[in-house]
Amino acid sequence: MGMGNGKPPIVEIAHLSKSYRRGSQTIPVLEDITFDIADGEFLALMGPSGSGKSTLLNLIAGIDKADEGTIRVGGVDITSLSERELAAWRAANVGFIFQFYNLMPVLTAFENVELPLLLTGLSRNERREHVELALQLVGLSDRVDHYPAQLSGGQQQRVAIARAVVSDPAILVADEPTGDLDRVSAGEILQLMDRLVREFDKTIIMVTHDPRAAEKARIIRHLEKGILTDSDGQPASPVAGS
Amino acid sequence: MFLLKLIIRNAFRHKLRSILTVVGIAIAIIAFGLLSTLVGLWYHGVEASSASRLVTRNAISLVFPLPLSYKDRIRQVPGVKTVSYGNWFGGIYIDEKHFFANEAMEPKSFLELYPEFILTPEQKDAFLRDRKGCIVGKRLADTYGWKIGDLITLRGTIFPGQWEFVLRGIYRGAEKGTEERALFFHWDYLNETLKKTMPRRADQVGFYMIDVERPELAAEVSQAVDAIFKNSLAETLTETEKAFQLGFVAMTEAILVAIQIVSYVVIVIIMVVAANTMAMTARERIAEYATMKTLGFGGWHIAGIVFGESIVIALSGGLLGVALTFPAAQWIQVELAQFFPVFTIAPLTIALDILAALAVGVVAGIFPTWRGATIGIAEGLRRIG
Ligand SMILES: Nc1ncnc2c1ncn2[C@@H]1O[C@H](COP(=O)(O)OP(=O)(O)OP(=O)(O)O)[C@@H](O)[C@H]1O
Ligand SMILES: [Mg+2]
Repeated sequence: MGMGNGKPPIVEIAHLSKSYRRGSQTIPVLEDITFDIADGEFLALMGPSGSGKSTLLNLIAGIDKADEGTIRVGGVDITSLSERELAAWRAANVGFIFQFYNLMPVLTAFENVELPLLLTGLSRNERREHVELALQLVGLSDRVDHYPAQLSGGQQQRVAIARAVVSDPAILVADEPTGDLDRVSAGEILQLMDRLVREFDKTIIMVTHDPRAAEKARIIRHLEKGILTDSDGQPASPVAGS
Repeated sequence: MFLLKLIIRNAFRHKLRSILTVVGIAIAIIAFGLLSTLVGLWYHGVEASSASRLVTRNAISLVFPLPLSYKDRIRQVPGVKTVSYGNWFGGIYIDEKHFFANEAMEPKSFLELYPEFILTPEQKDAFLRDRKGCIVGKRLADTYGWKIGDLITLRGTIFPGQWEFVLRGIYRGAEKGTEERALFFHWDYLNETLKKTMPRRADQVGFYMIDVERPELAAEVSQAVDAIFKNSLAETLTETEKAFQLGFVAMTEAILVAIQIVSYVVIVIIMVVAANTMAMTARERIAEYATMKTLGFGGWHIAGIVFGESIVIALSGGLLGVALTFPAAQWIQVELAQFFPVFTIAPLTIALDILAALAVGVVAGIFPTWRGATIGIAEGLRRIG
């Protein structure tokens, strides 16, 4: 299918399963999922509502626990990490972009972007440099002192992207990043994400319903009833791009 | 510090809600402080009394008198230094609302027994010389604008009739707790009048006051005194002034306990209200806390933010309450002077106020703190949209 970029995988998922218990019932969400994501890839994850896209994304990003299987990211098996180790790992390796931006309403754009850096040993001045750089990257240098409520949806999402990249993680995960935006703003956000892959070698995993958004990605994967398929509907081959 | 900034901005994010909570806590703290002060004051009279003074009264009840003839026999008991005697007069000035203590006392021995009532030598002489003379405390004189030489008329209740006294002295209390809102006059004046109007009630005293040579003798002397009159027509009960006052207090003890309970109930109610508000606030912010955890912040960070917010709100209420307690106490002292001559807020009460406010913050914060600290990220993020 030739959709890979030829680089070694940064994410390796093997036999991943996850189910939820609702009372005495067990609802399987992901069933025996195995696939890789190459370093520097821009992958779109599509599928009907309730198919387990967010669940899969959360597992890869280390904010949820799998029942079975392993997830290696950059060579580290994150399923074996403790809660505390996982938190430190996330802070260093993953940037998050959410559908509803998830900015702190009481913090300015600057402070929101600064938030992840507070967990690093950076000095105040170093932090300011990083934050200003990140805000410049998303084109919001003139909005540093604005609160989220004073920004448009598209601007808020750009602040969120600045927050996601400010600590320079290798991977960005985005759950419906354009789901709450109009077409123009969505286009800008996708362009920005595309730039992050091209210019900054980020790996992006994006869950989306929007075919236009998926178009921007270089690989599209479909999730249906917990089973992963290629864009042509065939069961996914174990290694992306093979 | 960043977390502190976040805590304070969070605390006053919903202005109306925060202000209402803060005001609620402040009111509870004011009520708590004032009620505690009230209860404390009630016992204060007891603490001000001297341990070396004894009171002898009719064993049956305070309302029954003792014969005047007991005086000399009490004086002969070893260890007794001074004996005075008198009657609770219970006269009314103008009307019932203008209540103050007034007693008929044997003046010379009375002033010896109560060195804490300070009179100038001239005023003391003038009082002792005039059988219709009286002395009043400074605060009482100030209340009614009385000056030396003024004529004060009391309407008798226990001893009917209009009673006129000439103000001969205004005493000051040696200590802050000394009763300065009382009127004392010559027991002889009461007795001479009774001899003419109600001879049956003459030569009877309501109580004897005894000063012992050393406080250690108090128990011994009171037993000796009561032993003398055992099996007589009017048996006596002698106790320290402190115990005597406590007897008065005991009558109101139940009320005091009730007031004390109410003061705690007020705090408990505000705890529940604040806990509800904090729980509501934390529930609304679960997605924010989950987002922070996503970024790598730990449970302890979130716990600090939630708990800190609860403490900030409770302490704001507490401090506001303390600040308003002083003008409230001042108001009570001025407006309700006849009941509470000194309504001073003790440092201990302030400490208890702050402690109560902190307790409100801790209790209100516990559940949301635990929720915020332990919520799973994936679960917390689902709360959005
Ligand atoms: N905490 C949970 N408890 C129980 N069931 C859950 C929980 N989280 C997810 N599920 C279930 O798991 C399934 C997959 O959920 P998920 O959020 O991953 O779907 P999705 O593909 O992201 O859907 P959407 O496109 O609507 O966001 C759903 O059926 C959902 O009801
Ligand atoms: Mg989803």
